[in-house]
Amino acid sequence: MSSDAMLLVAALRDPSSTRVLDDNGWTALIAMARAEQLIGTLAHRLEYEPVPAKVAEILADARINSDYQRRSALWEADCAARALAEYPGKVVLLKGTAYVAAGLKAGEGRHIGDLDIMVARQDLPRVEAWLLEKGGWEWVKEDAYDDAYYRDHMHELPPLIHKERDRMIDVHHTILPLTAGPTPDAAGMLDCAVALPIPEQFEHPDDSLDYRYPLPTSFQPGKTYILSPHDILCHCAAHMIADGDLTGGLRNLWDFHCIANEMQNRTSGKYWHDIYAAPGCRHLYASVMRAARLSHHLYGTHVYPRQQRLVFTDHFFITRLTARDGWGRPTRKFVRLIFYIRSHWLRMPPLMLARHLFAKWRTAKEKK
Amino acid sequence: MPVHEFRVQVGPAAFRIGSRWKQPVEQLMLLYGDYPKPDIADFTVRLDAPSLLRRIVRRQVAIDGDYMLPDAVPLPFDQALLAAEMGMNLQMALGWRRHLLLHASAVERDGRALIMTGLSGSGKSTLSAMLGLRGWRFMGDEFVLLDLVSGAAVPFPRLISLKNEAIGAMQATALDGTFGPLMQGTPKGNIRHLVPPADAIARMAEPAQPALLLFPRFGYPGAVREVAPGENFMRMTQASTNYVAMGEAGFTAMTRFIKSVPARAIDYQDGDEAVALVEKLWDRLA
Repeated sequence: MSSDAMLLVAALRDPSSTRVLDDNGWTALIAMARAEQLIGTLAHRLEYEPVPAKVAEILADARINSDYQRRSALWEADCAARALAEYPGKVVLLKGTAYVAAGLKAGEGRHIGDLDIMVARQDLPRVEAWLLEKGGWEWVKEDAYDDAYYRDHMHELPPLIHKERDRMIDVHHTILPLTAGPTPDAAGMLDCAVALPIPEQFEHPDDSLDYRYPLPTSFQPGKTYILSPHDILCHCAAHMIADGDLTGGLRNLWDFHCIANEMQNRTSGKYWHDIYAAPGCRHLYASVMRAARLSHHLYGTHVYPRQQRLVFTDHFFITRLTARDGWGRPTRKFVRLIFYIRSHWLRMPPLMLARHLFAKWRTAKEKK
Repeated sequence: MPVHEFRVQVGPAAFRIGSRWKQPVEQLMLLYGDYPKPDIADFTVRLDAPSLLRRIVRRQVAIDGDYMLPDAVPLPFDQALLAAEMGMNLQMALGWRRHLLLHASAVERDGRALIMTGLSGSGKSTLSAMLGLRGWRFMGDEFVLLDLVSGAAVPFPRLISLKNEAIGAMQATALDGTFGPLMQGTPKGNIRHLVPPADAIARMAEPAQPALLLFPRFGYPGAVREVAPGENFMRMTQASTNYVAMGEAGFTAMTRFIKSVPARAIDYQDGDEAVALVEKLWDRLA
């Protein structure tokens, strides 16, 4: 049995690699794919592969489930769009919901949890009020410290949860915490955001649309957006490399791979050439390039030759990304711990981290 | 970590259970001895300690697997078998998409199924076990799987989970039955598992068309009430763990089930009374 998630990486990269799997290999692959929330993606990738009957049933289940997630993600976005009907600014869908709303390949079979949207920072109070009063969302955390922390230092409002549907919405105003080193150009990203439905070719906006799914009714033209072809990739890289501890990293990297290859096609191959100038790329070029190298190495993404060669530290990322065994269990505890510590380091300068931990410790003590 | 592995097929679902310890696997092997062993598993369930400390002092078992609940409370080590059972149920409830899943028990006679649903403590599990000893084929006490095309009920005859008073009642009835260890003080009181009758296991691939739906309620004077389609629909959508996820196929299967199967709510105060009531309703309605 394979000792790490390279088995899953190989299956996603080259579906025919699964033809040599025995029964234990299949069981391991499925457990890994579920643990990495890539089972729906795997099901789409293996749609035309000859697989054992039992595996075909499992993958069919996964397709039903990803259809359900796609449907509920669009419904949540629709509900948010209705609550924000009077808002004159751009509402930009992010991450999984953006991919399925735009019909991007990255959305095929993708697991989608919360709804993530982005609006201009100065409009946050209005948007929040509409979501609370008209949309039926409410605050999750009542804790005053957490609330203030989100509002002062984060790239999003404190999470809101819907009273009846029990689904979360994250309202972003940029793509990285304000305390992180890099500061992508949020206003620039909003300027460049593309209205849904997106065009087939970005240079020729008048081309006929190849739109796979009907858009929800409340997505009025010129109202609901996704990030520009370049910024959507920068956000993906920022989320994966410059923020967080690489939990769900294989899935985020798969998003990156799909977006890069698809946008490369939709811009007739000029895509990588222009990435540096994207507003979302400000201070994040190194993260985007690291993601490109990892994505090329693991999934075979088409990149320029100079983006292909791994640098020394990339190997740590690969070790962390594939830290999963055939029982679906996390492995390499020490590497995971290092990346966990790194995620806090990236988010906060040391003094601020100390203050934050002290405040957390004090609230924990008071609760006792 | 060494993994002690156990595989079992229950109805259409194949499970792989990995355990840090040998003992739960030995219990499972004993109780599931007559069940088929699958090659490829639909679901993986893992039994492991929630922390290093709980591996040594006051040992605990965390319920873990492909699908998990974020706030699941670990169980004491002597309830590891229960953890395995809860783990398997959880995989079905959260992951199964091949049928419309009803939280219900079922028994079969003459190729047709009687389905019983209700909240925990309604007696649906005990009733199905009792009927399984009185000329009916036991199909399952936890989940009924409705085929999306034919509407048939597909058996899921896992171990029968007896709780509190039902343990004594079944020990008095199923004299030659195989029981698991008595687990006291679980989140649902005392629990003891019973291996289903041999025909339930031998015929677990054999579906049956639903002919009667009952909503039993234990502890009230004997009564029968008709359940109108609207109420029936609301209660059954709540009793289904995957109704929403199944989308249109789920709606179609559910409405066909509601329209074609007569439904009654029954109150009863003891097992014999309930069995007599069920037989009477079956003769009249099914």
